[in-house]
Amino acid sequence: METTLAPSKEKKELIRRIERSSGTEISRCYQCGKCSAGCPASSGMDYTPRQVIRLLQLEMVDEALRAGSIWLCATCEICTTRCPRGVDVASLMDALRREAWRRGMITDRRVAVFNDVFLKSVARFGRVFEAGLLLEYNLKTGQLFKDTELGLPMLQRGKMHPLPTIIRGHNAVRQICDRVQRMEAEERCE
Amino acid sequence: MRIAYYPGCSLETSAAEYGLSVAKTAQILGIELQELPDWSCCGATSAHSTSRLLSIALPARNLALAEQEGLDLLAPCAACYNRFRATERRLRRDAGLLRQVAEAIGMEYTATSRTVSVLELLAGSVGLEAIASKVRRPLEGLRPACYYGCYLVRPGEYTGFDDPEYPQSMERIMQALGAEPVAWSHQTECCGASLATTRPEVGLKMAGEILTSAEERGADSIVTACPLCHMNLDMRRGQVQKLLGVNITLPVYYITQLVAVACGETPESVGIDRHFVEAAGRIAMLPAGDGSTAG
Repeated sequence: METTLAPSKEKKELIRRIERSSGTEISRCYQCGKCSAGCPASSGMDYTPRQVIRLLQLEMVDEALRAGSIWLCATCEICTTRCPRGVDVASLMDALRREAWRRGMITDRRVAVFNDVFLKSVARFGRVFEAGLLLEYNLKTGQLFKDTELGLPMLQRGKMHPLPTIIRGHNAVRQICDRVQRMEAEERCE
Repeated sequence: MRIAYYPGCSLETSAAEYGLSVAKTAQILGIELQELPDWSCCGATSAHSTSRLLSIALPARNLALAEQEGLDLLAPCAACYNRFRATERRLRRDAGLLRQVAEAIGMEYTATSRTVSVLELLAGSVGLEAIASKVRRPLEGLRPACYYGCYLVRPGEYTGFDDPEYPQSMERIMQALGAEPVAWSHQTECCGASLATTRPEVGLKMAGEILTSAEERGADSIVTACPLCHMNLDMRRGQVQKLLGVNITLPVYYITQLVAVACGETPESVGIDRHFVEAAGRIAMLPAGDGSTAG
């Protein structure tokens, strides 16, 4: 369910939460743009990483959460490594993705679906079942034949298993996922 | 030397030849790999994009298993390595989070584990001289572009064994094997692997730039220590070529494949014949070697 935020107080609180979740301070950024100059994905972004931070500095948090950029960030950490002010830009992008996901404000469904299907595979088997993951991703994003040309050569080369490996502790992994969900829900209520 | 071993999901499937060649390399260098019993997925990018606590808890289950063994942990996959190092560092500095994570995984963990990458193991624990002493078929004339990508070297605070902008450990290992690595610009650029499935028009372009840059610098091959980089540069080569209208024939080797081959193993025994881009030809062109131990 998509939500729009009331002005000021609620926005300020949300920005603080994003800062806490990312472990970084937005006010430290002095807009030099080094993050965006090094970003290998910036050419495809609507807002560059520098601009995403500016949106947050201006309390335009709705726009930041709807930025396509947060779903295009590959977490390569060039921005974080090079920031002269010690802003953890990559972690900020991560925190924005998590917040957007939680609020249903998802501008790139493909990335969100991939993450969801990936984690469900882990919760179910304890490890990622690559073949199943790609099939489910294709089905859920309506791209039935995406990458299918790679499937047969992978099987022939022993680089893909048609069946999942299920670890003995798969229940333990599922329990970890469930407990984390519960703990995070409790934390939000506090 | 004995070390706990975490293959990670890729080394069992899409990066099977990395798994094969890590095992061979360990055998050659006298390292006993003790696979973590019942290891689980590290959660990768999907976990840290979805939940902060989950992105720490999923690695922590494996790190707790390694801690029980009382051994350092080898994680050859650069992405798993990065998640493990991030988890170790955060939990060493945040006792509150450590308690939370212990509750989430239902196991005891005190954040004393130490994860190492293949590069650290080879250039550090084993050492270049020990590697050189095992070489039987030097990689004479091979001009690889050593490609680190993101996760092995960034952020420097988590990884820390090499320079995040200008790493050299892989070059030194290649020199110890007799190769002549080229100097090039894209050592630590991102290959876009995480975007290749979801946003191919962006991800494949990033891979294309790495391939073009290596070729322009006169490299005859690329070496990597990351299954995601390998997948993007090798398995998706056809897609990259189609999108960008280029034809690049550079083979992409795992560093452990080259260590094993230089130490006398056959290319087939480390899966060099399983790549998508033909890779056995360049190896066949190497001088035969004298069969005796060099150095």
